[in-house]
Amino acid sequence: MPYNLNVNGKTTTVDVPADMPLLWVIRDVLNLKGTKFGCGVAQCGACTVNMAGRAVRSCITPVSAAKGPITTIEGLSAEGTHPLQQAWMEIDVPQCGYCQAGQIMSANALLSQNPKPSDAQITTAMNGNLCRCGTYLRIRQAIHRAAAIAANRPTQTARAAAE
Amino acid sequence: MTKNLSRRSFIRVSALAGGGAVFALHIDPATLFAQGPPPGFTPPQFQALAFVTINANNTFTITSKNPEIGQGVKNMLPMIIADELDVPWASCTIVQADADQSKYGAQVAGGSTATPTNWDPCRQVGAAVRQMVLGAAAQRLGVPAAELTTAGDGKVMHAASKRSVTYGELAADAAKQPVPMLSMVPLKKPADYKIIGKPVKGVDTAGIVTGKPIYSIDFTLPGMLWAVYEKSPVYGAKVETANLDLIKTLPGVKHAFVVEGTTNLQGLMPGVAIVADSWWQANSARKQLKVTWAAHPTSAQSSAGFQTQADQLGKGAPATSLRKDGDVEKAFAAAGAKVVEAAYMYPFISHTPLEPENCVAHWQGDKVELWAPSQTPAAGLAIVANTLGIPQSAVKMHIMKSGGGFGRRLTNDYVAETAYIAKQVNVPVKLLWTREDDMRHDMYRPAGYHYLKGAVDQSGKISAWKNHFVTFGVAPAPGAAAGGPTPSGYAPAANIAGIQFPALFVENFDFGDSKIPLGVPTGALRAPGSHAYSFVFQSFIDELAEAAGKDPVQFRLDLLASQKYPAPERGGDGFDAKRMIDVVKLAAEKSNWSAPRPKGTAVGIGFQYSHRGYFAEVAEVTVSADKKIKINKVWVAGDIGSEIINPLHAENLVQGGVVEGISHLMQQITFTGGAAVESNFDKVPLLRLAQTPPVIEAHWVKSNNPPTGLGEPSLPPILPAITNAIARASGVRVRSLPLNKHGYSWA
Repeated sequence: MPYNLNVNGKTTTVDVPADMPLLWVIRDVLNLKGTKFGCGVAQCGACTVNMAGRAVRSCITPVSAAKGPITTIEGLSAEGTHPLQQAWMEIDVPQCGYCQAGQIMSANALLSQNPKPSDAQITTAMNGNLCRCGTYLRIRQAIHRAAAIAANRPTQTARAAAE
Repeated sequence: MTKNLSRRSFIRVSALAGGGAVFALHIDPATLFAQGPPPGFTPPQFQALAFVTINANNTFTITSKNPEIGQGVKNMLPMIIADELDVPWASCTIVQADADQSKYGAQVAGGSTATPTNWDPCRQVGAAVRQMVLGAAAQRLGVPAAELTTAGDGKVMHAASKRSVTYGELAADAAKQPVPMLSMVPLKKPADYKIIGKPVKGVDTAGIVTGKPIYSIDFTLPGMLWAVYEKSPVYGAKVETANLDLIKTLPGVKHAFVVEGTTNLQGLMPGVAIVADSWWQANSARKQLKVTWAAHPTSAQSSAGFQTQADQLGKGAPATSLRKDGDVEKAFAAAGAKVVEAAYMYPFISHTPLEPENCVAHWQGDKVELWAPSQTPAAGLAIVANTLGIPQSAVKMHIMKSGGGFGRRLTNDYVAETAYIAKQVNVPVKLLWTREDDMRHDMYRPAGYHYLKGAVDQSGKISAWKNHFVTFGVAPAPGAAAGGPTPSGYAPAANIAGIQFPALFVENFDFGDSKIPLGVPTGALRAPGSHAYSFVFQSFIDELAEAAGKDPVQFRLDLLASQKYPAPERGGDGFDAKRMIDVVKLAAEKSNWSAPRPKGTAVGIGFQYSHRGYFAEVAEVTVSADKKIKINKVWVAGDIGSEIINPLHAENLVQGGVVEGISHLMQQITFTGGAAVESNFDKVPLLRLAQTPPVIEAHWVKSNNPPTGLGEPSLPPILPAITNAIARASGVRVRSLPLNKHGYSWA
């Protein structure tokens, strides 16, 4: 059955079963491979995407329940210019890196609601994302760094006004 | 230990169109065999260990030969080459080698071996190619080569005439230069390193944070189908019936068939394959699959049964003696001896790399091409050839970047499954496991049971150490009754050496083992063996320190000072107590070991010699009355030789090893009815951000020894550091894992 999805600013129609999880639609129908499969039961966070600005586990979200614009890791920026991508590269967070797209998308939802989170707020927001390599301390550090980068950047509106 | 390459090893050069040149290091096969052929190795005419390509535009392409699983080897090996080549790291592009030990030498992600086995060859390759570039520059500029210098910027300079020429401009001429004898090539002094020892960011980090399709799971081929594979929960049981007729009618399903399989628990086990247009369809069809499995001799095995058997065996004498020094019974009976007896136990645990097992195979009539995230590609080629009944030369494998390994991908069971399925369906196939497949069909870290008795004499020194280790042996033969000791071999990764510390440091030492036949697949998990023994032996050392009334750090230093055999030669394998003393002292100093801590808070220490690395770790832990554990801080002191090749990644690996070690304390896989009970992360509580110590400090002793690996050795000591801290903070000694079965939880 056809579903209209807005993914990374593009609207597309996918013809898939209603119970097909968003994860497999994103990976195998839309061919956006950055969102990862880890557990299938919302326990590891590797499949995290943003939906209407909130972090959701795409592995348990049926396509029929998708509401609002969806952002995946590819939607932050293709060139790595987003503050979270910049911070992740600056601190060199990854080891194997497999969980990091999910980590970054959880962090993105956090920063969009709370531009300057505390350690405790970061822990609460990020505790659903497993990292088997144990890069947790760098993840926390990178979120603080991304918050600082974002704070020092002129916002889209400010830039537009200046131009 | 690492040997220098033979003088017969040499560099072979090929010119590139457009003026570049490729430099390949070739090693005489006899040299490799002198060092022992790697697993699955077929003798070729020549080996090329590493490649350097100098492009005409003065950029460089360096091939990384080993599988990248998060350990950072795709940076580490090329960094060594680039430094001796003396070119800017930013001008280097790193490419992953395919699986071909005849060209690249051993290609393994395991045993923390990449650094010690490649440190010399990689430096020699870089330095030899640089010499050839200098030779070409000398001819071009008409000056003696001795007057030429490089400064790490990809140029050769002649200071007197203030002229310079780039490597790229010289590449074609360099290819015509005489090839230096590798063992004679002068290498840089450590003070001149420009890349080694400097923080270098991961070559794949940009791809990771932008979501590029760089992992094995992301790889697809045109026309590819997707497979799932259902195996018996009781390992190795065959399929009796399966409702394949129904499965074949389900949406997208193209094939469904029974696989007879083999009896190799690390190979192609029996099962049912479903192949569909998409993975979601294949996996949806699987939910309607009904299989009856044949009876199997191990279907009564259970964790509870293993414990009962171990306790019974532990009461008796070991089936096998591993080492005997002096007379332990006499020491136990000596006047003034304080005797401690303790039974320690650790459970089965799983690897669970976050990227589930997957592989792509394309059967092409009489040969197969594979794309696999294997930690042991050569063994993968061998098992696929064997499973399909084709020569190994008909198997080609591309090494894919993998989302973690931790030892799970040392076995190639999922690769064999994919190849077998692909051969039946004749189009490219991708097999992808679910997390449940992964957790119920792991090559588990085997459980272990240690029945210890030790004594300290009147002077407070360990006078006797006796251990009966109950471990696991090979599976019972079909039809044989389950249970009872087996005199034969160990189950994979259930083995132990008699020399385990504190052997040779205690005068009266008695160590033996007994084996329970096992029908569960086992294998090496990051820091195999030592991560488990460290918990047991370093905890028991603390128990003996307490009996002696000694401080745990001083007690260890005294014990280490009593080394009764010569230390290994510089850089040689074997335990050098002096190096361990230095890291114990450093960890104690950094943690301010003797400082008073609040009530309910204490520090604990553990050390371990693991995979050639020397690590001591101190944890400060607070234990509440309701058994909530908070790890306040961890200090790590390590000695992996004279250079920390990439300190940026080294710190990451140390922190990761500590996080994983802490995670081991709360994990277990239990077995009932011959099958694993836990099947996903909801039942196996891996460590998360909330429980990660807020600070994990890494400190280094840079001893005058060749650099060794870091994938593993930081992990083991954190387990006893924490259990020792719990004992000192609360007075309660934990002798079996996981901690949660004793009512502990993370704060």
